Amino acid sequence: MTATTDTREITYAEAVREALGQAMESDDRVFLFGEDVGTYGGAFGVTGDLVHRFGEDRVRDTPISELGIVGAAVGAALAGMRPIVEIQFSDFTAQAMDQIVNQAAKIHFMLGGAAEVPMVLRAPGGSGTGAAAQHSQSLEAWFAHIPGLKVVMPATVADAKGLLLAAIDDPNPVVVLEHKLLYKQSGPAPQEATRTPLGKAAVRRTGTDLTIVATGVMVSRALEAAEQLAAEGITATVVDPRTLKPLDEQTIVDTVTATGRALLVQEAPRSGGFMSEVSAMLCDSPAFGYLRAPVRRLCGLDVPIPYAPQLERAAVPQVPDIVAEATKLVREW
Amino acid sequence: MSSPEQWTHPQPGDSSAATAAKPTPEQVIAGLRATSEGGADLVQLLTPEGERVDSPEFDRYVTDIDGARLRSLFRDMTLVRRFDREANALQRQGQLGIWVPLLGQEAAQIGAGRALRPMDMAFPSYREHGVAWCRNVSPQDLLGIFRCSDHSGWDPVAARFHPYTIVIGNQVLNAAGYAMGQRFDGHVGDDDGEATICFFGDGATSQGDVHEGFVWAAVYDAPLVFFCQNNQWAISEPTERQSRLPLYQRAQGYGFPGIRVDGNDVLACLAVTRWALDECRTGNGPMLIEAFTYRMDAHTTTDDPTRYRLSDELEAWKLKDPIERVRAYLSRNGLADNDFFEEIAAEADNFAAEIRDFCVNMPDPPPDRIFSEVYAEPSPVLEAQRAEYLSYLDGFVGAGER
Ligand SMILES: Cc1ncc(C[n+]2csc(CCOP(=O)(O)OP(=O)(O)O)c2C)c(N)n1
Ligand SMILES: [Mg+2]
Repeated sequence: MTATTDTREITYAEAVREALGQAMESDDRVFLFGEDVGTYGGAFGVTGDLVHRFGEDRVRDTPISELGIVGAAVGAALAGMRPIVEIQFSDFTAQAMDQIVNQAAKIHFMLGGAAEVPMVLRAPGGSGTGAAAQHSQSLEAWFAHIPGLKVVMPATVADAKGLLLAAIDDPNPVVVLEHKLLYKQSGPAPQEATRTPLGKAAVRRTGTDLTIVATGVMVSRALEAAEQLAAEGITATVVDPRTLKPLDEQTIVDTVTATGRALLVQEAPRSGGFMSEVSAMLCDSPAFGYLRAPVRRLCGLDVPIPYAPQLERAAVPQVPDIVAEATKLVREW
Repeated sequence: MSSPEQWTHPQPGDSSAATAAKPTPEQVIAGLRATSEGGADLVQLLTPEGERVDSPEFDRYVTDIDGARLRSLFRDMTLVRRFDREANALQRQGQLGIWVPLLGQEAAQIGAGRALRPMDMAFPSYREHGVAWCRNVSPQDLLGIFRCSDHSGWDPVAARFHPYTIVIGNQVLNAAGYAMGQRFDGHVGDDDGEATICFFGDGATSQGDVHEGFVWAAVYDAPLVFFCQNNQWAISEPTERQSRLPLYQRAQGYGFPGIRVDGNDVLACLAVTRWALDECRTGNGPMLIEAFTYRMDAHTTTDDPTRYRLSDELEAWKLKDPIERVRAYLSRNGLADNDFFEEIAAEADNFAAEIRDFCVNMPDPPPDRIFSEVYAEPSPVLEAQRAEYLSYLDGFVGAGER
């Protein structure tokens, strides 16, 4: 890798595809499979032309069977390959949960370290595309709860590429939760195969009045909210954990210690959500002594994602909601 | 012609170069498609040209289908197709969130749907608008879902038509359970018995759910007709991505009969489904029907089939159109005249206009509907969230923004 990186604007989907292509170019063990990932190029167009570049042996369309897909990946990983699978919607990881939770996550441990499971499961999550209750969930907490899995949620174009490359390098099973709304967004990303290290949060903006911790599509909403808050004289630090597991607790603790207020924003429903874990972590940490206000969570409502667009929007935090919560937190405390 | 029987493995001890044990890709495709040339396996009563073929086994199941009844089946298919095309257009014009076209599958769905008796139960996937029609679930109710205004708009118990299922294969397990219940409750065993029919696609047959549904239905002798519409595609994946064997032949491994019917032949679909349901209601279930048909349009309105299939294929299937062969039969045999066809065309146009009018005037759901129906009873957490949300909305009213 050279020191100078040639950065240009590409879309999030292109960044994922570029990472897949570069990983396949540099390592024969890397291959992809899933539903409609070949000729069709993926339900969201992510795998695109990869089948033409790498052939049908390395980009395989599979039967419509998510359990089979993940099971095959576990087997391939055990046999020394570096499989990457796409689950068409993260909701359908439910069909594959046995292989993810009982096999992929536990094999290394149960075999006393004798075998590794270096596989990557990519799946688009999130709402906002009018795909209704069974195609719109944010299920990161399910995976983050399972010892043995790593979980990443790329929020920027550069991270869509960098975190995926790091996930492919990683000797453990990594669940990469992409966001459907981000696929078409453009942003800068390096041309080189630059890794974004797992377990390292990004501070996207710094301020003094509060720290907003946000994941997935909420990162760009938090940044937009921070922009508006700045106009009101409230400055916010915005932290994007990027990796949920292992979580970069230190960065969160440090930034909250500095601002004394924490607003935790996620798209997933609040109850049992990942931000509840972050909240508890903060309360267990030295940051607690510096808090000037209760730790606030701003989350999706505790409802399935509705189909009607106006209700769908209402079900998850939007920019004005973040502005309002942040303002309240700062003005009232 | 290759057939699975020819793929026999060599005897133990024979050469390990078991070339016969595995079909070539060409053999697989030939086997899967054998019936496109009208193979012996295919039940067909009406050819694509509209000629009636005798079937010693199945004619008896359609003896009541006289000119009037056949005209009625023609009307069903024509109206359902018109509804489908109108809904597709409404989606294109931004009036529906998505549409899942049934174009080309009218005969399979009307044939199967009209074979049902009032007390039979049906479990659809998401493309069964024709079956919905036969169950008296109104097109308007279907539109509510696809316009994002409503969830499942009908009472599944009253309509005896389960809500649409989008997660592939799930409904097969539910149907197995329902059919087991019909048996346990003593509703099976004679001509007045009940049966269940479950619809799913060729792609769904790869899901574990479908395998498990087959196993459960077989173990409990459930009165369940598995109705697989093999429309040749699962989004971009052809059937050979799901199976080596013609799908109906899978039934044998589970211990129940499987049969392949020309899914573009409404008469054959009606006859075969009536037979299968009768077998089930008298206690000989389950049964598998593979309706060999073709998805003539995109998977959904978000799909572009030109990315993965050739237009030649569509052109070939257009010659087997499910509606045209009935039209040809009716005309040729003097069972319908031009006036009839014009009448139906006019009815279809009016129907489409009604649907369009209904669709564009459908009210938006109330904003706090989001909190209703999550649980069977009110939930304190959700009621708090509802109150908070409504007061938030009131804030906008105060500010003159809503
Ligand atoms: C469990 C699950 N996996 C994947 C999908 C995405 N998906 C929707 S339709 C479809 C293809 C289904 O094909 P088939 O069963 O042949 O039915 P058809 O659409 O052709 O009627 C897929 C993969 C889904 N809805 N559910
Ligand atoms: Mg299909």
